[in-house]
Amino acid sequence: MVFDWSAIPGSLPILWQGMIVTLQITLVGVLVGLLLGTLLALFRLSPNRLLSWLSAAYVTVFRSIPLVMVLFWFHLVLVPLVVGLLFPGKRLELRFIAALTAFSLFEASYYAEIIRAGILSVTKGQFNAGLALGMNRREVMRLVVLPQALRRMVPLLLTQAIILFQDSTLVYVINLDDFFRKAYNIGNTVGTLNEMILFAGAVYLVICTSASGCVRQLHRKFTVLPVK
Amino acid sequence: MISIRNVSKWYGEFQALKKCSTEVDKGEVVVICGPSGSGKSTLIKCVNGLESFQEGEIWVDGISVADRKTDLPKLRSRVGMVFQHFELFPHLSILDNITLAQCRVLGRSKKQAVEKAVLLLEMVGLAEQQPKFPAQLSGGQQQRVAIARALAMDPIAMLFDEPTSALDPEMINEVLDVMVKLAQFGMTMLVVTHEMGFAKRVANRVIFMDRGEVVEDQPKQTFFENPATDRARQFLSKILTH
Amino acid sequence: MYPSLLIPLVAVSASAAHGFYLSPFTFHLSPLTTLAAFDFSVFLRPSPESALNNLSYLLVGLGWSLLLALASWVVAFVVGSVVGVMRTLPGRILPFIGACYVELFRNVPLLVQLFIWFFVIPDMTPILGDWFKQQVPPIWQEFIAGTACLGLFTAARIAEQVRAGIGSLGPGQLGAGLALGLKGRQVYLLVLLPVAYRILIPTLTSEFLNLIKNTAVASTIGYVELAQRSASMAETTSRVYEAFAAGTLLYAVLNLLVMFFARALERFTALPGFLGGRK
Repeated sequence: MVFDWSAIPGSLPILWQGMIVTLQITLVGVLVGLLLGTLLALFRLSPNRLLSWLSAAYVTVFRSIPLVMVLFWFHLVLVPLVVGLLFPGKRLELRFIAALTAFSLFEASYYAEIIRAGILSVTKGQFNAGLALGMNRREVMRLVVLPQALRRMVPLLLTQAIILFQDSTLVYVINLDDFFRKAYNIGNTVGTLNEMILFAGAVYLVICTSASGCVRQLHRKFTVLPVK
Repeated sequence: MISIRNVSKWYGEFQALKKCSTEVDKGEVVVICGPSGSGKSTLIKCVNGLESFQEGEIWVDGISVADRKTDLPKLRSRVGMVFQHFELFPHLSILDNITLAQCRVLGRSKKQAVEKAVLLLEMVGLAEQQPKFPAQLSGGQQQRVAIARALAMDPIAMLFDEPTSALDPEMINEVLDVMVKLAQFGMTMLVVTHEMGFAKRVANRVIFMDRGEVVEDQPKQTFFENPATDRARQFLSKILTH
Repeated sequence: MYPSLLIPLVAVSASAAHGFYLSPFTFHLSPLTTLAAFDFSVFLRPSPESALNNLSYLLVGLGWSLLLALASWVVAFVVGSVVGVMRTLPGRILPFIGACYVELFRNVPLLVQLFIWFFVIPDMTPILGDWFKQQVPPIWQEFIAGTACLGLFTAARIAEQVRAGIGSLGPGQLGAGLALGLKGRQVYLLVLLPVAYRILIPTLTSEFLNLIKNTAVASTIGYVELAQRSASMAETTSRVYEAFAAGTLLYAVLNLLVMFFARALERFTALPGFLGGRK
């Protein structure tokens, strides 16, 4: 079995551009997803029934459909919508924005669940203790519950970020050029498709394995031993 | 029957057992007591090979436990064990718990196994609980079933690893009564326990362990009236005043 | 689950927005306009992609998704159980192999794995590979590659869950089984796995639901499943909201069905006295 890796060194600049796109999608997806997810989690936990219900609906919808479909949806909806409102042009930009929007909204639902579970894992007793000391609801959440909840959540949030990094390859379906798509295109053009696919796979493997290794280390340091 | 000679065990750097030796003759009831962390559970688990050890020898009815050629499952089927947390199989009914190993290991027919199981359940006072599942029984009842399960294999000796430590106080006696009956029957028993009342009643000898060592190994009378070491004396005074 | 039935509501409000952007100046909030903007009849019109109408086109897509999911699940469950058990065994070699498997299949993106199965492996395998590329009809090529990929990918996740499930039973159960003279293999098959699988029904269900969603990735190699079909229906009929609302609804309904069966399974295998928890 003869492999021809010669295409790789020369194409590194192009691949790097693709990697930048991948990283941008991951970063925006994580940040916006976290913000929106926190909001959703808090809504879900609030005593206001409407907010709780809306949040639950949002999370349920996004968790029952594939990411691929969300990407299709935003790509096919966003383009005519924005074109209808603004002037036609910059079509490539729209794919990128569609991807960013799709990932952010999608990840938000997963982050919402992680955050909600994290908050709930801090027992009611802790919450009551805070109230008994005279703090109001918001103060208790901020000073007692959230710090503990965050320690438990952080490893899971980071793991979800790694998953997002991997899922970013799905922008393939809307023809956006991320790292993998670039590798695929180069492979197709030069004729060494197998080698490029394997190379891309190896890159992801190395990045994700080291990242999850780091998360595991962090988890060990962060683990809060429950008070018996 | 059971011969433990200079057994030592290390968990990495930590030495859990330090040159432990003792003998249990046929029909003898030997109680092992001592503070937690003294290695009592570890030692008893070495006897049927559930724990390995690096130095020393253990012989059960002439068979060496540590020998690579020993058929461990076969040995284990001849020595019964009762655990601190009962460890009944939750997905099987009480009856099935007792017949499982009889059929699969000893090759008895289902009919024989069931007959034996029913007999043993009567002996431990739980005949009506046959069709029930472990989760439906109290702790004391579960432990009695566990004893029946071990007895169903017709063992030559029984090992007890803190059988009453996980029980509510009201249920301790129902289990100890079964164990007393067993001792009076002539079963060879090695029992790790804190229940000194039981030891006083049926034990032949008492072993005191502390920090991995066998500190005392005396006939029952001698141990309770005149322990040889200070450590044992201290331990007894703490335990018996409660 | 009930929130997911809000999807039609969402779709209706989306179509209202659709009506708005088409003509902000003539838009008014009359129910008739809203409904008129939402064209249900598009489902009954014939689809340019096949001989059926649009709704059936989507339903067939759902069928293909489900088929791929079921086939992959069989692979995933078997391989995942084996690897999961391997990771709980004593010794060094087998748990290590298990750990390597899990790390490998969890740290390469699903899409990349799929492409490896569809492009690279048939190319690299001497005889079978050529037969695969030339003799097997494309739809089945995609199906086989998809099953292999999704099966082994999901197996890594199932392995972790099986490992955790067996671990949660505690070392005592293994000890009790061994103390009775049962061999290791017997203890796993007769004692540990029956209880572990019962505990794992909820997590395995959610894994299966994930698998159903992941079948959409197969559209990248041409497998015509539901997500791809709802997108293509949106393009051919220009009724974007209707198409995606239908796709979303179908996935949601499938979800509900799976959860229904999972609950039934849980009830069927429940042990008397267990309130769904251990110790």
